[in-house]
Amino acid sequence: MPYDYKPFPYVAPPGLTTPEPRHKVIVVGAGPVGLAMALDLAARGVPSVLLDDNDVVSVGSRAICWSKRSLELFDRLGVADKVLGKGATWSVGRVCHGDDEIFSFDLAAEPGHRMPPFVNLQQYHVEAFLAERALAEPLVDLRFRNRVTGIDQTGDTVHVTVKTPDGHYALTADYVIACDGARSTIRAILDLDFDGELFEERFLIADIEMEGDLPSERWFWFEPGFHDGQSALLHRQADNVYRIDLQLGPDADPEEEKKPEKVIPRIEKVVGPDFELDWVSIYSFQCRRLKDFVHGRVIFAGDSAHLVSPFGARGGNGGLQDVDNLGWKLAAVLDGRAPESLLDSYNRERVQAADENIVQSSRATRFMTPANGAERLFRDQVLALARKAPFARGWVNSGRLSTPCVYATTAPDDPALPPVSRPGAVAPDAPQGNGWLLNALGRDVVLLAVNCDAPAGLDVPVLRIEVNDLVAERYLGDAERALYLVRPDQVIAARWIEADARQVRKALAALWEGRP
Amino acid sequence: MSLIATPNIDDHDAFYAELLAAHRGLTEAQSQALNAQLVLILANHIGDRQILREALELARAR
Ligand SMILES: Cc1cc2nc3c(=O)[nH]c(=O)nc-3n(C[C@H](O)[C@H](O)[C@H](O)COP(=O)(O)OP(=O)(O)OC[C@H]3O[C@@H](n4cnc5c(N)ncnc54)[C@H](O)[C@@H]3O)c2cc1C
Repeated sequence: MPYDYKPFPYVAPPGLTTPEPRHKVIVVGAGPVGLAMALDLAARGVPSVLLDDNDVVSVGSRAICWSKRSLELFDRLGVADKVLGKGATWSVGRVCHGDDEIFSFDLAAEPGHRMPPFVNLQQYHVEAFLAERALAEPLVDLRFRNRVTGIDQTGDTVHVTVKTPDGHYALTADYVIACDGARSTIRAILDLDFDGELFEERFLIADIEMEGDLPSERWFWFEPGFHDGQSALLHRQADNVYRIDLQLGPDADPEEEKKPEKVIPRIEKVVGPDFELDWVSIYSFQCRRLKDFVHGRVIFAGDSAHLVSPFGARGGNGGLQDVDNLGWKLAAVLDGRAPESLLDSYNRERVQAADENIVQSSRATRFMTPANGAERLFRDQVLALARKAPFARGWVNSGRLSTPCVYATTAPDDPALPPVSRPGAVAPDAPQGNGWLLNALGRDVVLLAVNCDAPAGLDVPVLRIEVNDLVAERYLGDAERALYLVRPDQVIAARWIEADARQVRKALAALWEGRP
Repeated sequence: MSLIATPNIDDHDAFYAELLAAHRGLTEAQSQALNAQLVLILANHIGDRQILREALELARAR
């Protein structure tokens, strides 16, 4: 059965009849990014109004691969167990050339993390879980069928015009977060350039349902016999739904290709005749971003700020990492705990991340759709070599799957400590008693004391952690002891083998000021 | 280390002959494929991005 889209109720907002008090934050767009944003702010005590022009969750599966880091964020937002329970956890990918498997990879090689590397779950399920939480959260005022049609800034106030089925009304806020997706209204109204690369190649993306128990693996084919020299991807989702991506070439006619009589025979060649078609769409892909994500008091996050091709699952996951980065910073600025300049560090860090995602996804798209000439020659020869030389398998690029960006920083570091936990990186998870380190870190600044005491006289919570083998491997290396200052988004801010209170205080000040 | 641009192979005339021999009997397209694979194999063997960068520059220089 295709997903049953139950519309969320529209409730006439108060602003239609009387002016509303000024809000702290308005989040525009209740896709995965906007929903997560409002929930993260709520968890930090910041109320928000969340506006969405629609009243149903994502049409079609769209984002299906949720990364470990996204799952860790979902955990903080209270939906990870639902996502894990419903989704298909996978770690094995198989890459084929023609009809032969040329290699496979297993992402789950490393033990000692609470979350698996990836869970596949249709975006509509994820949005439904997040929306359910948001509707139950008193600090999130979620309004469906509220479309933002105008935005303006004067001084420190953002003015927003909203259209509802009952007419227009006005809102004001300290900050607006634009999570209104790839076709962002707010980006258009502010007339901001959105530069980058467009790929002409068209891809058919379909959700099919079939019985039978194919393993939860990612299958990618270059030039399979069943699909005439193009590429193809098959990936399992929840409820016996599978995702198929088929490359169609640059000249495919989207309207023509979407017709069931065209689609069904193509898919039959991949999986045989016993399936039902739930959703089909034709895409061409873009890799582009806004020059800046912060414009006065209007802040962009998710697809409104950056777009990537889907190979690598960097769109939704990248957007959720924007949320991770922005939530604590905006909460601290609104609290008066941090200067407004902390938001510049959101811009700096997430632009770095977007560029990394764009580079990775452009390279993968290029590998799949090489231009004629040298590009095609090398692509084909990498594939040929992958059959006989192990090194070339790594060069085959069917998408480099999303991992969190390691932010550039000049914060205190000791190179004798392990590279995985260097400043700028997300703190690696590890077991702690019956629980997990990331859960113990929570959502506030923490000083992690590994095999030592923290210097006295500091105004920061200290967590003395249990030192087991995995903690030693990830946080000590050959060192006897270490101190790690961890940001509220669980990114390592600074680390030392030994430090006094003055050094830690200096790093704390840099953290709250958002210095690189 | 930087790219070696001075003589470095023992009996390079013999290697040159082996290189040509590897291409013997191949079509234009097969020859191109072989060259491409050679570039990839040797690049991986060298493994040093700085040397590879210098090699790319030398090859492109007029
Ligand atoms: C085929 C395909 C496959 C993908 N696969 C993956 C994957 O496997 N993994 C992954 O991480 N990502 C994937 N992505 C990308 C992912 O779907 C997007 O990155 C993600 O949806 C972005 O979330 P968002 O909340 O920023 O935007 P959206 O999900 O687009 O949400 C924007 C919301 O804003 C609302 N809105 C728009 N304008 C207004 C307005 N003026 N007023 C009020 N509300 C408004 C919209 O109704 C919508 O609800 C894929 C995308 C596609 C198309």
